[in-house]
Amino acid sequence: MAKAGERLTALELVRNFADEPPPLAADEVLVEAGRCLYCYDAPCTRACPTNIDIPKFIRQILHKNLLGAAQTILEANIFGGSCARACPTEVLCEGACVDHILMKSPVPIGRLQRHACDAASAKKVRFFQPGPPTGKKVAIVGSGPAGLTCAHELRKLGHDVVVFEARDVPGGLNTLGIAAYKISTDFALSEVELVRQIGVDIRLNQRITSAGIQKLLHEFDAVFLGIGLGRTYSLGIEGEHLPGVWEALDFIFQTHTGPLGACEVGRDVLVIGGGNTAIDVATAASRLGAEQVTIAYRRGPDAMPAFAYEYELARKDGVRFEWHVQPIRVTTTNGVATGVEFSRTALDDPKSRKSKLTTIPGSNFVIQADMIVKALGQEPLLDLPQNLPGLKVDSAKMLVDPATGATGIPKLYAGGDCIRGGGEIVDAVQDGKNAARGIHALLSAL
Amino acid sequence: MPDLSIDFCGVKAPNPFWLASGPPTNSEYQVRRAFDAGWGGAVWKTIAHEPIVNVTSRYGGIDYDGRKVVGLNNIELITDRTLEVNLREIARVKKAYPANALFVSLMVESKREVWHDITKRTQDTGADGIELNFGCPHGMSERGMGSAVGQVPEYTRMITEWVKEVAAIPVMIKLTPNITDITAIGSAAVEGGADALSLINTLNSIMGIDLDTLAPKPAVRGLGSHGGYCGPAVKPIALNMVAAIAADPALRVPISGIGGIQAWQDAVEFLLLGAGCVQVCTAVMHYGFRIVEQLQSGLESWMQERGFERISNFVGKSVPRIRSWGELDLNYKIVAEIDQNKCIHCGLCYIACEDGAHQSIRWDKVPFADFVRANGHDARLVRSGDALVMPGAGGDTVNVFTINEKTCVGCNMCSLVCPAEGCITMKEVDTGKPPMSWNEYQALLAQGKTVKIQPPKHV
Repeated sequence: MAKAGERLTALELVRNFADEPPPLAADEVLVEAGRCLYCYDAPCTRACPTNIDIPKFIRQILHKNLLGAAQTILEANIFGGSCARACPTEVLCEGACVDHILMKSPVPIGRLQRHACDAASAKKVRFFQPGPPTGKKVAIVGSGPAGLTCAHELRKLGHDVVVFEARDVPGGLNTLGIAAYKISTDFALSEVELVRQIGVDIRLNQRITSAGIQKLLHEFDAVFLGIGLGRTYSLGIEGEHLPGVWEALDFIFQTHTGPLGACEVGRDVLVIGGGNTAIDVATAASRLGAEQVTIAYRRGPDAMPAFAYEYELARKDGVRFEWHVQPIRVTTTNGVATGVEFSRTALDDPKSRKSKLTTIPGSNFVIQADMIVKALGQEPLLDLPQNLPGLKVDSAKMLVDPATGATGIPKLYAGGDCIRGGGEIVDAVQDGKNAARGIHALLSAL
Repeated sequence: MPDLSIDFCGVKAPNPFWLASGPPTNSEYQVRRAFDAGWGGAVWKTIAHEPIVNVTSRYGGIDYDGRKVVGLNNIELITDRTLEVNLREIARVKKAYPANALFVSLMVESKREVWHDITKRTQDTGADGIELNFGCPHGMSERGMGSAVGQVPEYTRMITEWVKEVAAIPVMIKLTPNITDITAIGSAAVEGGADALSLINTLNSIMGIDLDTLAPKPAVRGLGSHGGYCGPAVKPIALNMVAAIAADPALRVPISGIGGIQAWQDAVEFLLLGAGCVQVCTAVMHYGFRIVEQLQSGLESWMQERGFERISNFVGKSVPRIRSWGELDLNYKIVAEIDQNKCIHCGLCYIACEDGAHQSIRWDKVPFADFVRANGHDARLVRSGDALVMPGAGGDTVNVFTINEKTCVGCNMCSLVCPAEGCITMKEVDTGKPPMSWNEYQALLAQGKTVKIQPPKHV
């Protein structure tokens, strides 16, 4: 497998992974901020899972109070800078923006949010202080956006917080799992720093088992699980574990953990799946220098889970789409994957994800590829709940009280992807806030 | 095509759009460009015997949430060029553009022979008229000129008389708005023999403070001075003063309306309130002479639509509509109406009514699905991936706003803030009562023929 650095120059790689969309220029900021109507009980704020007071911060930007704007954002969402970059704003704040009706295009809320957060980040402003010490200790397992948000909120309330992170870098998928042209590793780490600054103790390389959680429940006054999900769902086909077959997140991780030039990328990359992760992989592969990138999905464009904006991005990157195809087996030569054999599918209702899908006999064909990436979503981490008696789960996630993140086990809370089976950063942040509120109520009652 | 030409106190002009005395009429070069662009007349920037000396900087602008220069002020003085140069250029322009109206603004020290001299020398250029600058509120006023004259009726009358003693061409007095009663000064000017009045000159102002340096705007080495304020923001003040002059039966002189004109509608409003022509400065400083095309074509279309053949058909037509408050009908009632199909759910009407007015808008949070079903807003729905969103909906609800007609006082506020064109309209409600003004009400009360109107109950 070739390295990206063998296909593209360092300059080309930097250019390909420049921020998408680019930051707004100062003039654009004022014009766009001027478009905001300053709605009352604004639809955009209601559409934001973390309820950022968007009209307030946009007006602060308009009145050249960038730090005030950043504070408004970060008070509601300490990952405001990441969300500004990676949120599917078209279905959240911007999808709700009333300027859509008047002007046929929303105020670019995400990019304005980024502008404010970047200004505060550049000045290294510290907005938050730890609350007066309460003497209570909380353990957080997992340093993704859910865990770190929970930690930050609790620290603001004066509790001592220790975060245990299995990896050697903090931030979870926010640092490693988002397309690098959306959130750079450096930026993601700078947001982790905001949490560290308020006095949260983040310990890396601490993989916690279910026995470890029991121990934490003894040692701490409360424990929050923000452990995310496990491996990518398997295709259940012959050859999917061969060299040349990748899992989506492993492919994305490499764009964050090493220099771009060292990333492995195929000449012909085949991505299997129809979600936003599949798009992230395909666009990253294309930007790393793959000659041909194909997304193969078993249903059609009307039923794909990827957002319209993501789909357009992939098309602009020259990604080819193969619709209505079901993988049958990985083809091989000398034990190395060379492509995937597909069968064409028929659907009762092409617009519905739920509609019955059948393969068409005799329609099989092969798409050649030297890199095959499975992007089917992640499995839940099943062994953990199984070994924690009292933890309620369904097939894809842990079950909690959505208002407080409380699990069935006393003192144990959870949030983020592990209670959702996958979601956006902004959802994880809100879970962290909810759980912090639940934990604080518990600790205050002690 | 309607005829835009006018006769203003005996001076003919191809249209009522004149340039006000100011930076755009500083030189022959500029006035030629202006007439070439289509301006009907111009008032030459104020001349004097001796050129003044200016400072830098000179102008300050007010921006409003992204809109530039809704107001402008200046601490610039009258001409900084010699009298000879000005007079020579005025003569050349008048000769080259005989059909355009050319007035010359004058300001000299308050001595009879000085005024006589400059008046004579000005009319020797062939200029059509003279405008006396009794209005500039900054700089020159400290030297006993400009608004220092225009704020004292006796001075205004006296100097007008001096000029009229030698003037063979119309004399127009430019009034300062920095007074309590514009008609007092207007009357003094007319008593002194003024052939026309022009108003308003600039308002006294401080534009702001630079929050980094704490210096005023505009600043001259960290210091500032009060300056003359103009631009779109001053139009309502000017309209009120023009109307006051126009409505005064003792002041039967032509009026040249000035103050914040930037669109053709502004100009028409001045004309409807009694101005025979209008003068423009700030909008030209902002956008250049070319804006006269906008003014002309807008005015022409409007006249055509309304069936007006010439300007005089409608000058002053709205003056009788300006009355004392006591003549307004207490029994007339309008209420707001929200067109739900045009509503974008911004909530601006609601909060304006709730916090700033009369708490007469009802706010319902309707579940998104119910709203779509009830309103057939399918066209606004956007599907992306698994998400179905609608602009204006958030958190699975849509805010629906309706007017409580029983308590609505018809104040207009919601319709003023509504950003969706035509969404909130004010409709008349039949109160079943005959018209009754405050004055009539007082009379009826005194005669015991009516009972007291009760205060509103819902607050």
